[in-house]
Amino acid sequence: MGRVVVEVMPKPEILDPQGKAVVGALPRLGFTQFSGVRQGKRFELEVDGEVTPEILAAAREAAATLLSNPVIEDVVSVVDAAAVPGEATGTPVSA
Amino acid sequence: MSVTEPMPAAVAAPVLAGARIGVITFPGTLDDRDASRAVRLAGAEAVSLWHADESLQDVDAVVLPGGFSYGDYLRAGAISRFAPAMAAVVDAANGGMPVLGICNGFQVLTEAHLLPGSMVKNDHLHFVCREQSLVVENARTAWTNEFRRGQQITIPLKNQDGQFVADERTLDELEGEGRVVFRYDGWNPNGSRRDIAGITNDRGNVVGLMPHPEHAVEAGFGPASAEGPRAGVDGLTFFTSVLSSLVHA
Repeated sequence: MGRVVVEVMPKPEILDPQGKAVVGALPRLGFTQFSGVRQGKRFELEVDGEVTPEILAAAREAAATLLSNPVIEDVVSVVDAAAVPGEATGTPVSA
Repeated sequence: MSVTEPMPAAVAAPVLAGARIGVITFPGTLDDRDASRAVRLAGAEAVSLWHADESLQDVDAVVLPGGFSYGDYLRAGAISRFAPAMAAVVDAANGGMPVLGICNGFQVLTEAHLLPGSMVKNDHLHFVCREQSLVVENARTAWTNEFRRGQQITIPLKNQDGQFVADERTLDELEGEGRVVFRYDGWNPNGSRRDIAGITNDRGNVVGLMPHPEHAVEAGFGPASAEGPRAGVDGLTFFTSVLSSLVHA
């Protein structure tokens, strides 16, 4: 089974209220190192077979039409998970 | 008709009988019944439409009501844009049919590209619910022709993703073409660019706004007004306006 990972972020000029709320909360927990936070979205699109170039192209189109709104968001990346180290298994990375 | 006085439904009905206004229900729509009631109080027939229907049943106008269509899970209004009924709405709107998007309906109209810009979370991060004062900036649209330019009206507002955003060029275009229909008066409740509460397309048949006219159509249930508490019926003028525009079309 293949997987395409799509990442979407709010445009830099758009105020990101969720990121703003998070950056306000960090110092209260003692994390004073971070001056800004922006919160985006990650989508994992699964396919039954391999991720072909056609499937990747379809994922790009889905990212541009449904998964993001170009008025307020940028599609940061659309990648075949198998081609990215650490993405292939989908196992969360622990510290 | 005086714009400052409520228009009794009994007066409106005989003149405009026969107009059919569709109200679309998406999964998660909350205000469809209120919108239908507003349509009836204005003297028209309210036609309930379902998001999965491809036909608009030959209605004369359409209201996209407020709520949280598809739970707003992806983005407010994003999934509704692809509902079968919306394909018909886009076609009809491009053909000149009056379409009003209220709150979530406004978000759906921007996602469907019938109106420019988009809505993001309120700048103060809180859900807001209040009686909102607005200034009518454009009284020539299908939904505002019975207001007068510069008129101050009060209708309820309740939203979480109500901050209207667009790039500067789009905002300048909206201002320059007189397509800002309503501006927040007194206090901007969500950080919307240039205090914009509602906009229209270049033709003036498609209008979207964040506050809720359908909640201010009947004395006893609306916001406070000069006539007394809960007496405000400024919202009814949206629905009588569209009937006027249909009659004169």
